[in-house]
Amino acid sequence: MRKVRFSALIAAALILLPLLFSACSEGGVSGTKTLYVYNWGEYISDGSEGCLDSNAAFEEWYFETYGERVKVNYSTFSSNESLYAKLSSGSVSYDVVVPSDYMIERLIAEDLLAPLNYENIPEISNILPEFWGEASEHSAHDPGNVYSVPYLYGMIGIIYNTAMVDEDDPSLGSWKLMWDEKHAGNILQFNNSRDAFGSAQYFLGLDVNSDSEADWRRALEKLKEQKPILQGYVMDEIYNKMENGSAGIAAYYAGDYLAMYENNSDLEFFYPEEGTNLYVDAMCIPKSSKNKELAERYINFMLTEEPAIANAEYTYYASPNRLVVESEEYIEYMGEIKEDAYEKMYDTDAVMTSTYKNLSGEKLVLINQLWEELKSDIEISAGIYAICGVIIAVLVSLFAYFGIRNKIRNSY
Amino acid sequence: MKFLQRSYIFLVFLLLYIPIIVLIAFSFNEAGSLAEYSGFSLVWYEELFADEEALTSLRNSLMLAVSSSLIATVIGTFAALGLHRMRAKWIKSAVNTVTNIPMMNPDIVTGVSMMLLFVAVAGILRANDFFGFGTMLIAHVTFNLPYVILSVMPRFKALDVSLSEAAQDLGCTPSQAFFKVELPEIVPGIVSGLMLGFTMSLDDFVISHFVSSPDFQTLPLYVYNQTAHNVKFSMYALSALIVVTILIILLVVNFAGSVGKKGGAK
Repeated sequence: MRKVRFSALIAAALILLPLLFSACSEGGVSGTKTLYVYNWGEYISDGSEGCLDSNAAFEEWYFETYGERVKVNYSTFSSNESLYAKLSSGSVSYDVVVPSDYMIERLIAEDLLAPLNYENIPEISNILPEFWGEASEHSAHDPGNVYSVPYLYGMIGIIYNTAMVDEDDPSLGSWKLMWDEKHAGNILQFNNSRDAFGSAQYFLGLDVNSDSEADWRRALEKLKEQKPILQGYVMDEIYNKMENGSAGIAAYYAGDYLAMYENNSDLEFFYPEEGTNLYVDAMCIPKSSKNKELAERYINFMLTEEPAIANAEYTYYASPNRLVVESEEYIEYMGEIKEDAYEKMYDTDAVMTSTYKNLSGEKLVLINQLWEELKSDIEISAGIYAICGVIIAVLVSLFAYFGIRNKIRNSY
Repeated sequence: MKFLQRSYIFLVFLLLYIPIIVLIAFSFNEAGSLAEYSGFSLVWYEELFADEEALTSLRNSLMLAVSSSLIATVIGTFAALGLHRMRAKWIKSAVNTVTNIPMMNPDIVTGVSMMLLFVAVAGILRANDFFGFGTMLIAHVTFNLPYVILSVMPRFKALDVSLSEAAQDLGCTPSQAFFKVELPEIVPGIVSGLMLGFTMSLDDFVISHFVSSPDFQTLPLYVYNQTAHNVKFSMYALSALIVVTILIILLVVNFAGSVGKKGGAK
């Protein structure tokens, strides 16, 4: 009897303990309102090295303006897809999220975003007309900006090392540089299907949002042609590879180029003449938000001069905010990083650009398939199955052999 | 021959530790780049201790690792005891297999299924902020359990049944016999299970990714999410500190262990 009581006690304790813990952790945050912000990693001025801490500044400003304490709970993601997974699983609710253009289109289509109340966002007038409003050319993902307010934007260009590529190389200025056999072994390609296919599509003059399967197959052929001269498919390793000169040519985002340039002044940058991708990361409010008004005030605050400039300076990405683009201090700051940094970042008119659109489910499946086809070598994958088969066969026969031997021995 | 033996060991250690050594060396690099070494400096350590978000996630990680490994150790030890005392052999092996499943299961399957379970439970309870420390704790205890059972079970097997019987002959109740005679014998297994659980929980990323909430971020999640842009150099400093701390803990544990053995031999 005692035994039963003892185990019942332990079982009860085990069940209650986690509940107790979760009750404690919830009790801690009640009292002040909490605003949940979900943004890209390293994508906001965080107060390091004497810059403005945008989130802390918001908390302070809010207290001064509305006399109420709020807390910004800031967490980060590393890709649009992981943001999508979190939002659609319904496991957590955020108040402000900052996805890129094509993901915003998808979130709108799946009814996961709430329309914004612009009465709470008067500073929207600071955003340049190209990026916001009925007539904006860069808001095709959200016509009329019902759901999103642009945060930062950028363009993809090609970074090259002047120590490895001649100044008068005929391929400079074109995507051709990434396909130039002269530079075999020194070229890095995106390890992300959309951007990798994009580079081939721009080079071939195809539509990056094409509906025709043949177009995507043509791009795949082009990428297959490039594969033997590549050093590899990479994402964030690109920083180290380009900075220490172990690779010489790579396509990447303009803002990140400036960060690399700070560590290696041999690096140069251009936008390919065939056209390139322009992406906009914009602030949105998910339907599941519990503090919509507070979230709108947060968005509004990020559009004011001080945080907008601090965020643009911290990330090196281009800002769609008039107060930033026209700020003397900001222009000077960009000039200190690199003489033509400002022109490079903002010269959108001289570059042919287009944006990625959200693709239909079957197109996404197709791209994944083509991407797999590109990256997996057919002979190797067949070889792996063979090797696995052999290993399993050996293990099974050894097992059987020892099993039988033991049986025979025991029977003596 | 001796030379070959030594150089082999040296080679193995070199391969094991080169990445960590590089990381520690560059955490002192003033330039904040892997391309050039501009001089010794502690700026990244300063920045680390000013980075509240990183320190909060470190604190969360430690809190979670300590509590989940402790709970898993208690549950796991009793589970091992129960398994050990089971008489029907086939039930024993069946239960053993079932407890090993969370360990053999790919993390991603455990993570997704945990998340779905929690979403469903939150829906039934109509709880809004269900995700957080509680869900993380449940998930971490779950995947720590098999490791504890696995390291405690062999100790029970090695235990001489007659010891406990002798203790009961001499007047102990069964529970006294367990706590006074059997438990001290299996303590090394419990400690190694605890340590294993602690490290597994500290460096788990995949499962935590699915069951975490913005209120409760652990260190691996925080570092991973920085890879969207360049990883901060203060993370190098943090990793260096973690390596040094673990080294010290291991030294202390080993040293204490050997001292304890000598004491026991007296």
